[in-house]
Amino acid sequence: MIDNKLKTIFATALGIDEAAISDELTYGSIPEWDSTAHMMLVAEIESQYDIMLDTDDIIDMSSPAKAQTIIAKYQD
Amino acid sequence: MTALLDLPPYDVDAAHKTPLLQAALGELTQHHYQQCQAFKQLINGQWPQFNADNAPSIGDLPFVNVRLFKELRLQSIGDDEVFKVLQSSGTTGKPSKIMLDSAAAALQSRTLVKIMQHWLGKQRLPMLILDHPSVIKDRRNFSARGAGIQGLSFLGRNHCYALKDDMSLDIEAISEFCDKFADTPVLLFGFTFMVWQFVVQQLAHQQQRFQLPQGILIHSGGWKKLADQAVDNFNFKQGVLTTLGVSRVHNFYGMVEQVGAIFVECEHGHLHCPSYADILIRRPGSWQLADKGEIGVLQLLSALPRSYPGHSILAEDRGRWLGDDDCPCGRMGRYFEVLGRLPKAEVRGCSDTFGQGGNL
Ligand SMILES: [Zn+2]
Repeated sequence: MIDNKLKTIFATALGIDEAAISDELTYGSIPEWDSTAHMMLVAEIESQYDIMLDTDDIIDMSSPAKAQTIIAKYQD
Repeated sequence: MTALLDLPPYDVDAAHKTPLLQAALGELTQHHYQQCQAFKQLINGQWPQFNADNAPSIGDLPFVNVRLFKELRLQSIGDDEVFKVLQSSGTTGKPSKIMLDSAAAALQSRTLVKIMQHWLGKQRLPMLILDHPSVIKDRRNFSARGAGIQGLSFLGRNHCYALKDDMSLDIEAISEFCDKFADTPVLLFGFTFMVWQFVVQQLAHQQQRFQLPQGILIHSGGWKKLADQAVDNFNFKQGVLTTLGVSRVHNFYGMVEQVGAIFVECEHGHLHCPSYADILIRRPGSWQLADKGEIGVLQLLSALPRSYPGHSILAEDRGRWLGDDDCPCGRMGRYFEVLGRLPKAEVRGCSDTFGQGGNL
């Protein structure tokens, strides 16, 4: 499961309740997580974690768990 | 098929690509025949001898006239699986409607990114969008232009719009962008006509010049309106260099009916087929395959479309096949040029080949 910081980022970027963020949530599985929200999510992750995601990361970031893994990759 | 889609975009020569693409397209033809009633009727009516089991060569595959996507809702998925509907910008008549499920949408973005990474690198570059921001304001209902900008904006960061909502230049925003990123690679994206009319022309008129020496301009959207003003690719590039200081300019050709596997122009002005797509040229009227160098109608093949039967499409554009695997730029694959829209009479001619519209 993902940490609370990332959970808050997801809730803010997608405009949904934190309770709605589960492991089952994937890009496109709810109308709120569309391409516009995805870009907001990326921008929010980059600023909150002070990292720069590349285009592969953006494509791979299809679930909260994947996002957590990608962020971890930059924090080593 | 997965193997083909995993290959790099410009490293595969014809000897390796042809069997993979042929197998992928044959399988897609069979898939759509089974899943899409209208496609099945088209094949039965127009290609009664066609048998996907006989490993047909790419030139023998049935093709769908692009017009049919305007007239029919062609899909190989259930209505409940539709994730995204793409619409063409068609200036006249009904727009095409392209149905994607979530797998198709994901594959399309992944392929687009893989192709563009070749030209831009993996890093997301600061991005100057040569359009106005309200083009993507209504996120539930993008226009074709809005969808294009949204799709490409994945490749950038620090997005900045060069135009205001009234289509005038946002000089302040452009200046700030240029000051900030003058010494770094940046991505510029816009639709060909918009770039010319509202950026290059307006800057020239106001005698304003910017310098983005490490900029790469990617543009798309057809040359018709520019040809009417006698502006060709050379004039276009000159204008972009003079007003924006950008010398790396890549046009790309692609249509909403075959989104994802786009054809990007190389440094030698040739449009290149990526590993996942190909083109053929057909002679209007007989619809036989044309020879290299001969002008004809473009047929576009793509291994991507699985949710709608768009893997083999006859476009309404004229083009010329220039060569295979031997462009001076060193990229593998077929390269070609697009020579504008088909004259109306020939478009009618192509529709007639699919004249059994009544039972479709
Ligand atoms: Zn080339």
